[in-house]
Amino acid sequence: MADDLFKALADPTRRTILDELTEQSGQTLFEICSRLSMKHRLGISRQAVSQHLAVLEAAGLVETRREGRCKFHDLNTAPLRQITERWPAPDPSGPEESPS
Amino acid sequence: MKIHLTSVFVDDQAKALRFYTEVLGFVKKYDVPLGETDRWLTVVSPEEPGGTELLLEPAGHPAVKPYRDALAADGIPLAQFAVTDVRAEYERLSGLGVRFTQEPLEMGPVTTAVFDDTCGNLIQIATQPQ
Repeated sequence: MADDLFKALADPTRRTILDELTEQSGQTLFEICSRLSMKHRLGISRQAVSQHLAVLEAAGLVETRREGRCKFHDLNTAPLRQITERWPAPDPSGPEESPS
Repeated sequence: MKIHLTSVFVDDQAKALRFYTEVLGFVKKYDVPLGETDRWLTVVSPEEPGGTELLLEPAGHPAVKPYRDALAADGIPLAQFAVTDVRAEYERLSGLGVRFTQEPLEMGPVTTAVFDDTCGNLIQIATQPQ
């Protein structure tokens, strides 16, 4: 499970796909391809995008659902919790000590 | 040579004519009976009555369904229409119950959105770069 997650995050194109799904969850393959080519100028085939999505789906970061005749891709950041559970991040409230 | 006609396959020509005229706002140009049930049915933009016609073509051929199903699953539109303001058109069509598979998306000079024409196709609307 963790291997799938780290592998999914290791690729810059897959991270860009996650960025775009953060901006707008629930995208068709066509929209994801449009964003990668028009916004990010990535010359990448639809088949390659499909394969990247499969890797993200295996890691649990992307979930798909059918609505009518279309397939939509949703972002799921829950698996990222594994990272901070394993290597806890500093408390976001800063260095102040809480009264004990 | 000119492009004077293009087509989309439609599940039901009568339903398609209603959608393309009453909802999208095109006007009927030709409606000629062909055989028992099919019609040569075209619409044009009221902004350009002599412009390119769109043929609303019966989807009876067995190759049409798998072709359209595969494209719809991936969200790929089968035709594109030009509008002056994608967001305004998105608001207007959403208000009429049209379902969008892609909300207005700005990508540099181009803005696009994609909707379901209820006749088996996804259609993209786009602003033309000036």
